[in-house]
Amino acid sequence: MLIELFHKLRKVQIPVSITEYLALMGALDAGVASCSVSEFYYLARAVLVKDERYFDRFDQVFGEHFRGQETLFDEIIGEIPLEWLRKQRELNLTDEEKALVESLGGWDKLMETLRQRLEEQKKEHHGGSKMIGTGGTSPFGAYGYNPEGVRIGQEESRQGRAVKVWDRRDYRNLDDQVELGTRNIKLALRQLRRFAREGAEEELDLEDTIKSTARNAGLLDLKMVPERHNAAKVLLFLDVGGSMDPYVRVCEELFSAARSEFKHLEHFYFHNFIYETVWRDNNMRANVRIPTTQIMHTYSADHKLVFVGDATMSPYEIMAVGGSVEHWNEEAGATWMARLMGLYPYTVWLNPQAEDYWGHIPSIGMTKELLSERMFPLTVDGLERAMKALKKAH
Amino acid sequence: MAKQQFSGTDTYIVTEDLMMAVNAAIALQRPLLVKGEPGTGKTMLAEEVATALQRPLAQWHIKSTTKAAQGLYEYDAVARLRDSQLGDSAVHDISNYIIKGKLWEAFESKIQPVLLIDEIDKADIEFPNDLLLELDRMEFFVYETKETIRAKQRPIIIITSNNEKELPDAFLRRCFFHYIAFPDHDTMNAIVRVHYPDIKKRLLAEALECFFELREIPGLKKKPSTSELLDWIKLLVAEDIPPEALRDKDSRKAIPKLYGALLKNEQDMHLFERLVFMSRHSGAN
Repeated sequence: MLIELFHKLRKVQIPVSITEYLALMGALDAGVASCSVSEFYYLARAVLVKDERYFDRFDQVFGEHFRGQETLFDEIIGEIPLEWLRKQRELNLTDEEKALVESLGGWDKLMETLRQRLEEQKKEHHGGSKMIGTGGTSPFGAYGYNPEGVRIGQEESRQGRAVKVWDRRDYRNLDDQVELGTRNIKLALRQLRRFAREGAEEELDLEDTIKSTARNAGLLDLKMVPERHNAAKVLLFLDVGGSMDPYVRVCEELFSAARSEFKHLEHFYFHNFIYETVWRDNNMRANVRIPTTQIMHTYSADHKLVFVGDATMSPYEIMAVGGSVEHWNEEAGATWMARLMGLYPYTVWLNPQAEDYWGHIPSIGMTKELLSERMFPLTVDGLERAMKALKKAH
Repeated sequence: MAKQQFSGTDTYIVTEDLMMAVNAAIALQRPLLVKGEPGTGKTMLAEEVATALQRPLAQWHIKSTTKAAQGLYEYDAVARLRDSQLGDSAVHDISNYIIKGKLWEAFESKIQPVLLIDEIDKADIEFPNDLLLELDRMEFFVYETKETIRAKQRPIIIITSNNEKELPDAFLRRCFFHYIAFPDHDTMNAIVRVHYPDIKKRLLAEALECFFELREIPGLKKKPSTSELLDWIKLLVAEDIPPEALRDKDSRKAIPKLYGALLKNEQDMHLFERLVFMSRHSGAN
């Protein structure tokens, strides 16, 4: 029984090893947890899981395992993004419709279908009667009606049944595996880490020098060490809205994953091109904006600027006063970009568009020119070139 | 030795899961790694475990310059060189220049001590790796004097981390882990009661409501945590603020008193003031 739980945890890529399993056995043997499931849950979590990022996944596997339905998933195919399941509207069904729903078939069949759906479904879905989402009559999802339904992502049981701790999924926000995790991104991350570390310079290690001089019976022996802190300070500007969103998320997560490696990392959002304001929280973009000048005054010139955007727009949006699609801008985007370039010598633009197409879109050419040709595609190779470029001032 | 269980103290409320983690760590003599938002009482935990079980507490606070070897011992070669220049006779015995570190002290203790390794993530990335063997076997070798120091009692080790760096897998393998989640309303109530037993019920209710509302504000750089709440309530009690003063939401004068104790940087203050201003504004219309 427990061996199986152990294997399931490994399957969803929670790093558990034999050591942990034996430790759990040891703890049970020592009688740390007595007889209640919740005590066992707390114990197993403390012993097996070593990072709060995995708590959510652990909760899911634990809940599934001890509900006694071993065949629910052959493996968890992927995290179901929470937005799919956010409550859109409550569903009221007539008796007739309820009868229809009940005719859908037995439990095993539902499981099988769920697995297929998880694989084929790529988009968010609300309402309707097939895909996973909220407020629909599909057997899968939450806040809908299907007596045999599989509940996914519902905050609490609507029938008022007690919700177990592991079903609450309190640690959902701490999971880091959404989008990230492909080999590609890992490579990119390595690139980024290297960049963050290479900023370090050597300095005289006074303590070691004295020590080894003393060991040398007084003959001077100089010791050098690499500087301790990571030197790179990065300001990340992300283009949001429309087609860019998926790329932006990948990029944001990529940089956040490398966050610990940077001395300083801040991110800002803009739409299409940079003007007099940017914002930090996309939900609050309408009212909490940060003047671009404030950024220029706050962050010193040794910060490295990384823009991420497709730079695909009408040329007016870059060159003309009042060209922005969102508001009236007193000064052209090009003016603002020139200002930033003037202050920050280390600047690159990452473009998710394939490099071959750049020549066909005038606005990309213009942006590239404004950036003194420091535009790179959003690929591992492009990242490598971008990081190399960031080491030199333009 | 009798098996001992930790179940909180008069001044420290533990949740069921934390209790389990601590007891498992004590029973299996493994280090316990504790993470959580700043101000949720990670460091306090070690102190409280020591008090509850009546054990001596050894604290090792880690800084960015701390090296693993410093926890074991340091060889003061400079002092020895100086003594040799001055012809001091102590120079012949190298053990005169070995300075014991926190781990050594904990290993030597006659009753099983509690050892706190505080903010391990502050140190260099290699730091936890350098302690693997020592934490595993609870022994180390002193090269200068050629002796092996072995723990008389395996200390109860509590390690805290603020998540500034990833800890290596090999290190995590050897620890138990607990993440102190932010306390919910009831737990928070209990925590405040423990610290301020005579606080008026209504003041507490109002203060907690204010506090949780404040935590809900999106975009705060540093959300106020338990320790900030306790400071704030201390101020409220000291200034003898009536509960009504916290509940001016209707009149839209909704800036809570003394909120400087809750918000710790000026961006958050500005954001908060702006929000209050906006809500007042929309209330007027």
